[in-house]
Amino acid sequence: MPQSSVAAVTISADGRSVRVPAGVTVAAALLDLGTSAFRRSVSGEPRAPLCGMGTCYECRVTIDGVAHRRACLVTVAEGMHVTTADGAEEAPA
Amino acid sequence: MSARRADAIIVGAGIVGAACAVALARDGLRVLVIDAGGAALGTTAAGMGHVVVMDDSPEQLALTRYSQSLWRAQDDAVRAASELDWCGTVWVAEDEAQLEALPAKQQLYRDHGLETEVLDETTLIEAEPHLRRGLPGGLLVPSDAVIYQPAATIALLALARTMGAEVLQRMPVEEIVPCGVRCGADTLRADVIVNAAGAAAASLTPQLPVIPRKGHLVITERYPGFCRHQVAELGYLASAHVMTSESVAFNVQPRSTGQVMVGSSRELVGWDASMNRRVLGRMIARACEFMPALADLVAVRTWTGFRPATPDKLPLIGRWPDVPGLWIAAGHEGLGITTSLGTATLLADLVASREPAIDAAPFAPDRAVTAGVH
Repeated sequence: MPQSSVAAVTISADGRSVRVPAGVTVAAALLDLGTSAFRRSVSGEPRAPLCGMGTCYECRVTIDGVAHRRACLVTVAEGMHVTTADGAEEAPA
Repeated sequence: MSARRADAIIVGAGIVGAACAVALARDGLRVLVIDAGGAALGTTAAGMGHVVVMDDSPEQLALTRYSQSLWRAQDDAVRAASELDWCGTVWVAEDEAQLEALPAKQQLYRDHGLETEVLDETTLIEAEPHLRRGLPGGLLVPSDAVIYQPAATIALLALARTMGAEVLQRMPVEEIVPCGVRCGADTLRADVIVNAAGAAAASLTPQLPVIPRKGHLVITERYPGFCRHQVAELGYLASAHVMTSESVAFNVQPRSTGQVMVGSSRELVGWDASMNRRVLGRMIARACEFMPALADLVAVRTWTGFRPATPDKLPLIGRWPDVPGLWIAAGHEGLGITTSLGTATLLADLVASREPAIDAAPFAPDRAVTAGVH
């Protein structure tokens, strides 16, 4: 990603501080970071974005402590904390 | 098909029918269970997963206490499949009057061998941190449990099959006849017929005093640890008791998945299963009054269903004298998950002419039923 040519923000992804392009969705940012399991099904299977438009709910992550946010509908913001299924424990709700 | 010969035919593969199948098969009867749809898809699917002791009347207390002890002693495989979780119940007092009634309730439970703990404003919040601050207290009943009742039903049917029972699904019983049931052109015969058709029981035995009492439920996404116990308002019993009007009461249950099930509502509107948004809204608002953080959870599904209600709030368990061979296991209202096992054991005792562990007379299906006697 040519970070020099676009504005960037710093988010925390599973406790790791990363620079991501400003204006992209959390889903895009996580995919760019190589995230494969956004969440896990009841039986523990990995889940990741399917529709990218808020319908399938497969991309849910915890954002700033709020569980089950759809990563494809939320734009990254400076200082945002994002936790995926396999990330550090973050108390939901 | 018409050549099929069972000793007992159970109409209804809900949790009550499934429990009866186990109890009768255990007594050596060849059992056939017949359901118009599928296992646990009717009345059983409409409920929450209570395994609780309730003290609305002495008879209800005796049956729920007995049934809960049977859940505790249940077959290991059934208990595991049922996701049986002895999480306990927290009954929440809303005002000083409810708080002052707690010692008497505690004594009543103690008289039945159940230790409880009276909670004050502080220990209530420690038990359930998402309850609203300022509630005066409550009663913790550690011996209560919740289960996932569709899985429990399927596990009970599987256990019955290991004892020789057969289960026929998607086969509507059109009529119960003396020592038989009619399914289309076929009549299946048995010495013992059990009407365990849940809220629909009166459609097969028209004189049964069972009416559908509608309820709404909501289930959320997974929020592990959001609530630690089943939590209900003490006004729940009063809400359940009023038979004439619409009512809502706060009741949440943790599921083993981390989901939170939210109830409850009660309406008498016949078989109208449509979502009543006004009642649903009242129900959710009531829940959020007690647990404000519920408002921030994502709900994934809402549904309605029907409780099989009787005028005196007690189930109908025993022989139906008007039809030879017919026995009833119906009318459990909102407690059929808990009381399924007690019902089945009681019924099997009556069928075998054994002395039951608890007095069966209050549950006789042909008792003189009057509303509001308790």
